[in-house]
Amino acid sequence: MHIVVCIKQVPDSTQIRVHPVTNTIMRQGVPTVINPYDLFALEEALRLRDAHGGEVTVLTMGPPMAEDSLRKALGYGADRAVLLTDRYFAGSDTLATSFALSQAIAKIGETFDMPDIVFTGKQTIDGDTAQVGPGIAKRLDLLQLTYVAKIAAIDLTSREITVVRRCEGGMQKLKSRLPCLITMLEGTNEMRRGSIEDALCGARSQILKWSAADAGIEDLGMCGLRGSPTVVKRVFAPAVRAEKAAQIEVAEKTLRDLADELTAEILARQPALERELAFDGGA
Amino acid sequence: MIEEEFDAIVIGAGMSGNAAAYIMASQGLRVLQLERGEYPGSKNVQGAIMYANMLEKIIPDFRDDAPLERHVIEQRLWVMDDSSHTGVHYRSDDFNEAKPNRYTIIRAQFDKWFSRKVREAGATVLCETTVTELVRDGRGKVIGVRTDRAGGAIYAGVTVLAEGVSGLLGTRGGLRQMLKPEAVALAVKEMHFLPEEVIEQRFSLKGGEGCVIEAVGTISHSMAGLGFLYTNKESISLGIGCLVSDFAAMRESPYALLDAFKSHPSIRPLIAGSEVKEYAAHLIPEGGYKSIPQLFGDGWVVVGDAAQLNNAVHREGSNLAMTSGRIAAEAIVEVKNRNAPMTKRNLSLYKTLLDKSFVVKDLRKYKDMPALLHTNACNFFTTYPRLMSQAAQNFMRVDGTPKIEKEKATTAAFIKARSRLGLVSDAVRLALAWR
Repeated sequence: MHIVVCIKQVPDSTQIRVHPVTNTIMRQGVPTVINPYDLFALEEALRLRDAHGGEVTVLTMGPPMAEDSLRKALGYGADRAVLLTDRYFAGSDTLATSFALSQAIAKIGETFDMPDIVFTGKQTIDGDTAQVGPGIAKRLDLLQLTYVAKIAAIDLTSREITVVRRCEGGMQKLKSRLPCLITMLEGTNEMRRGSIEDALCGARSQILKWSAADAGIEDLGMCGLRGSPTVVKRVFAPAVRAEKAAQIEVAEKTLRDLADELTAEILARQPALERELAFDGGA
Repeated sequence: MIEEEFDAIVIGAGMSGNAAAYIMASQGLRVLQLERGEYPGSKNVQGAIMYANMLEKIIPDFRDDAPLERHVIEQRLWVMDDSSHTGVHYRSDDFNEAKPNRYTIIRAQFDKWFSRKVREAGATVLCETTVTELVRDGRGKVIGVRTDRAGGAIYAGVTVLAEGVSGLLGTRGGLRQMLKPEAVALAVKEMHFLPEEVIEQRFSLKGGEGCVIEAVGTISHSMAGLGFLYTNKESISLGIGCLVSDFAAMRESPYALLDAFKSHPSIRPLIAGSEVKEYAAHLIPEGGYKSIPQLFGDGWVVVGDAAQLNNAVHREGSNLAMTSGRIAAEAIVEVKNRNAPMTKRNLSLYKTLLDKSFVVKDLRKYKDMPALLHTNACNFFTTYPRLMSQAAQNFMRVDGTPKIEKEKATTAAFIKARSRLGLVSDAVRLALAWR
């Protein structure tokens, strides 16, 4: 089985500052991490490989320094890493990003082995759009399974996969065919600690660095700023909304009573939440 | 016979470890460096002042891209009592030279840079990896390490222990004794952020110039200790440290001590309006020459803070660390080039070279100082600073008292506090310890 995991290097949100005047994120000097949601995808891919054999290829698009994230992924136990890096990719929105990544995935398929599953995180913590995963699926004509909480079963002979996904108001159990694209939900697993061999491999492996041409991209107009119709019109800090806020009287009530009261009220307003909590508890 | 994967394993990515790894890797040795922190520098705490000469001996053109804060042109040494300080300031335009002598640095940034140099020199650097055990062969020779990661041991011809002050690994491995509370200080520091121009105005600085203050006196509450204030580009590092044994005996808390130091009338205006963004604490080896452990053995050497190489009197640590790392690496390269085994006998070259360097010579000069200051902490850190402040004020204040009476009063105060014999004895002991 060949699994491709798309990851993104993002600024560590715990150490980020917002410029007081322009409201833009001040990225300079902020340490970077692998997008936390992508780690759930990577761990799930590694587990599938460990159980069923095969290889995990990690792919990212970004500046040369994104190599750090790929090395980290190799240190967790991934088998191969591809860095898609080219000045033509600068300024990509989700449309251009999903184009470039899908081309690279096709190239990875040609060069090594056609992927059975492409994983992404459910979204990134810097863009928060959740568009790139589905964008890749559409372009590669892969069946897409988004917000997956659990991979219930996989059958490589009949090429079928059964997953549990979160949807509005509940959970769905879906059966699908391979190949497919899965965007993984947070909290579904815990990233392993790579062995010393994995860590050494991560530090010493050659990272494949592909330019647009290396990835077989011919239409550079689809890449980077030129291929990105999204325009940021204005960046602003949202005004604080207090409509839904309520004053809580604490006097003469125990904390437990207060909590019960609040929980009852929240569940009355959002009935879907109760079903979901019950499901999680039972899973 | 176990196949060696690496020529050398370096444990730790602080000043000494980076120096050792860099020298060995750039001489073509296969080097693996293991660091427990998330990235090199993430666990490292220092004031920090970096001395150019010692780094030049490792990376001559470090000024091209190393993250340096300010070059130091002014040093203030203060003796403080509760409301005043008596001080010596040395400021010189000579320090505005093409290649300045001392810089303030921020270790988290500096160590990242140093580590990048180490990797560029060809070493393999693994972070988030804690060495749990030294692996020995049947004869007791250290032949590798085990880590907290799953998987087997890693083997190398020689292991460089640059594990830092607490030195737990070497202690557990029986290479040296546990750190003694009276031979180690606990220092706490804060980073106070201020705009660049405010710092330059407050300390009369321009264009990257820096000022450092080091202070002793009643701020350490009769313990053997030192306060410091260093100017960075856009922040001030401020801290205080005392011997761990003193903290324990006096039941003082480091943080309360730092708070008192910050609110001292001589310090408070220097940091007014700042934003505190970081609080850190670290141990500093203070035992000096007499607490230097065995520095080498079959298959291993120890460098930096783990070897107690710190000059408490001159507040120099990182330069001793990087120099010991460099010298150990040069000794290892020499042994390797002779195709000789990394035995205790061959690695003794490290100590021979270190003994000839300023590192051991400086520490030997002050070998009696830790004991003197420790047993006399109350006199040296409270009584004398108070007397000195009173004498200074007595001298400065004009109040109609005849000068001859003022001088008599000052002399009487000294004798009353310490007696004639005490004064002579303190002076002689201090002179002997300094010699």
